[in-house]
Amino acid sequence: MRALRYHGKHDIRCDTVPDPEIEHPRDAIIRVTSCAICGSDLHLYDGFMPGMKNGDIVGHEFMGEVVEVGSENKKLKVGDRVVVPFTIVCGECDQCRRGNFSVCERTNRNREMAETAFGHSTAGLFGYTHLTGGYAGGQAEYVRVPYADVGPVKIPDGLTDEQVLFLGDIFPTGWQAIVQLDPQPTDTVAIWGAGPVGQFCVRSAVLLGVKQVISIDNVPERLAMAQAGGAITINFDEESVVERLNELTGGKGPEKCVDAVGLEAHASGTIDSMVDRVKQATMLETDRPHVLREIFYVCRPAGTVSVPGVYGGVVDKIPFGMVMNKGLTIRTGQTHVNRWTDDLLRRIQEGQIDPSFVITHTVGLEKGPEMYKTFRDKQDGCIKVVLKP
Amino acid sequence: MHHEGRLSRDRALGLAEALGWFSIGLGALELFAPRTVTRALGMEGKEETVALYGVREIVTGIGILASENPGPWLWGRVGGDALDLFSLAGGAHADNPQRSHVGVAMATVAGIAVVDWVCAEALQETRPATTPPRRVDYARRSGFPQGAHAARGAASDFEIPNDMRTPDLLRPLNQTRH
Ligand SMILES: [Zn+2]
Ligand SMILES: [Zn+2]
Repeated sequence: MRALRYHGKHDIRCDTVPDPEIEHPRDAIIRVTSCAICGSDLHLYDGFMPGMKNGDIVGHEFMGEVVEVGSENKKLKVGDRVVVPFTIVCGECDQCRRGNFSVCERTNRNREMAETAFGHSTAGLFGYTHLTGGYAGGQAEYVRVPYADVGPVKIPDGLTDEQVLFLGDIFPTGWQAIVQLDPQPTDTVAIWGAGPVGQFCVRSAVLLGVKQVISIDNVPERLAMAQAGGAITINFDEESVVERLNELTGGKGPEKCVDAVGLEAHASGTIDSMVDRVKQATMLETDRPHVLREIFYVCRPAGTVSVPGVYGGVVDKIPFGMVMNKGLTIRTGQTHVNRWTDDLLRRIQEGQIDPSFVITHTVGLEKGPEMYKTFRDKQDGCIKVVLKP
Repeated sequence: MHHEGRLSRDRALGLAEALGWFSIGLGALELFAPRTVTRALGMEGKEETVALYGVREIVTGIGILASENPGPWLWGRVGGDALDLFSLAGGAHADNPQRSHVGVAMATVAGIAVVDWVCAEALQETRPATTPPRRVDYARRSGFPQGAHAARGAASDFEIPNDMRTPDLLRPLNQTRH
């Protein structure tokens, strides 16, 4: 089969590799009908995530048709159409039973590596470094899905791939980012980053009914899309984020803030971001936390900060005094995808939201490598890429 | 340069990264062990200049590694190479017992200058376009089939899970748990 494989920084290739096979009775094999490139795939592409090996199959947003099922899998049958969440979950451990699927205790087959890096292991993820299990990803014609009797979400007839594909990651990720803020009708929610997850944060905050939604970015196309979804926009290249947020909140600052940017913040011109670039380049820190610093500064005291943006390692010069003295609550985490999928699937079916709005490019799998670049450089109005194997 | 011989942007960026680290390494040697350098070249007494050149190398190296477009920093390196050659020429006189070392150093610097030049030029030629080639308008992509107005609060029926609720004391005063 063909699959996109990692061969080093800025080197993703469409290669021919052996088809995957059932390895465990709970597995299933999926023929991928649609997959997507995620913002967090770019952190791999740009070489910021440790634990990738030459030849790893990438991609964690995918869906398709079940073509083979292991003998112990009672949930799926050949021919089912499924979306596969990017977090692999066992459904049985203490964390899974609490709904904390992204920290499932059993599915990371490289637990020791993760324990060394993070103190404790988290869930296995598709196509995302050997720290999270080193599972083959879904930017491929076929994927082996482990624990396939738990994770995959069955899709009812009548919905297109484009409408449901993002149930596997970015839609629930944006949703959880807002839900964990416990949004109230009196709240202003400010969202840094208007990439795909930022776009779903905007829609989720609107659907959950907050007073104001503010989207912060510097790419005009992204801001236009955020505005279409109901956000007030701030272009940080053109105006001061802090001043504008104070203006919009009567000087008090937003109650709720979201960092939908993560470790590769591209804030040019600020002193702290220049220092971060130097430190990152000389390996004194791994991540660039400009957005976090700005959020802690501007957030209203006793407010809540949600971080769906991916961080990988060590950040520097985090003003923790601000966090403590202002009494901020910080909520983070990879997405507990399965916790939200039933509800979100129903909302798609009822026409509350159509996630396909975010797709700006659809191409064949073999064009994937060049689309990584287009997406990374935000060229050609690119916000979200769907690949068709 | 021949057209087919041009470096791709990715290759050039990789080369720039290597040159950046090389700069930092050489700079550290010049800054912290200038006597080693001057003794080898038979140019004792020039330690301060060498240490200054070391600072220059380190700054340039960090600049290359840290910037999204290292091209200008590489041109800076080309300028630095010229300065190095000029300074080395001062040690290439007949009564310097180490003049063969100076000759080797000059040849090395000249070689590195060519690499710096090729890399800087490749980065300049392959610079990504700063304006997107296609203007696109997403002003109608609301994502709400029933319109943005109907969408406001459409999911207020959603019950926030208990583990994600704000503690009561931090909630707005006029609201209680529903
Ligand atoms: Zn993702
Ligand atoms: Zn589990």
